[in-house]
Amino acid sequence: MWIYEKKLQYPVKVCGQNLKLANYLFTQYGGPDGELSAALRYLNQRYTIPTNEAKALLTDIGTEELAHVEVITTMIYQLTKDATAEDFKRAGMGDFYAIRDGALFYSDSNGVPWTAAYIQATADPITDLHEDMAAEQKARTVYENLIKLSDDPGVIDTLRFLREREVVHYQRFGEALRIVQEYQQQKKIF
Amino acid sequence: MNDQLAFLNRLQQVEFALVELQLYLDTHKDDQRALMEFNQYSKQLEMLKKQYELQYGPLLNFGFSPSQYPWRWLEGPWPWEQVF
Repeated sequence: MWIYEKKLQYPVKVCGQNLKLANYLFTQYGGPDGELSAALRYLNQRYTIPTNEAKALLTDIGTEELAHVEVITTMIYQLTKDATAEDFKRAGMGDFYAIRDGALFYSDSNGVPWTAAYIQATADPITDLHEDMAAEQKARTVYENLIKLSDDPGVIDTLRFLREREVVHYQRFGEALRIVQEYQQQKKIF
Repeated sequence: MNDQLAFLNRLQQVEFALVELQLYLDTHKDDQRALMEFNQYSKQLEMLKKQYELQYGPLLNFGFSPSQYPWRWLEGPWPWEQVF
């Protein structure tokens, strides 16, 4: 069961229309290391992870990632709000407008649609937790690239918050990995 | 910043502390100090949430927030429309 809370996890301030920047941000919506991939990866791995610590963590981080999806879409929504066909054309995004107008879609910045092939689950908790830690680092890298590409101070502030969350999640997954390893050691002794 | 945004900001701060503590406690279940902090913030959130909802309408769906008449869940701005 999930409950929706009618508020953003972190405030989004944008300094006006910026279609090119919105297009860059798409990769954190429907790209390989985006927030949707993260949420679905973690929530889906819960069923084969052995310890309660890791079950709780996958549930909680998976849920937080859904809140990050909303932060990303809010930035995209506000950066593209009221944009006309002419605005899209001028930003070099006429091809985007032709298909979607201002609608959002689960794709990366190149328009490549989201695919479940971006995420993994193997039932081996050591493998899955390493995948999760790698995913957090990849997302951190993408946020750093986006911060370098951004010319909007409000967007940069929000991207910094999201980047920091990847660092914290990496740390927590590392601790869950240690707990799983201790659990597996214990099982071998008895 | 208007009153609602200032209030929302306070909620975001308290909820952020709780998200952080929740993840931390998931891998540090014996940390009593963190747990105490979690419970203190949780109480603070409950109070803030009640005050916010009286003025600005329900925060949560499916009965986790009561509503005044008429059904206030519909009231905008929705989170993605909120201009900070």
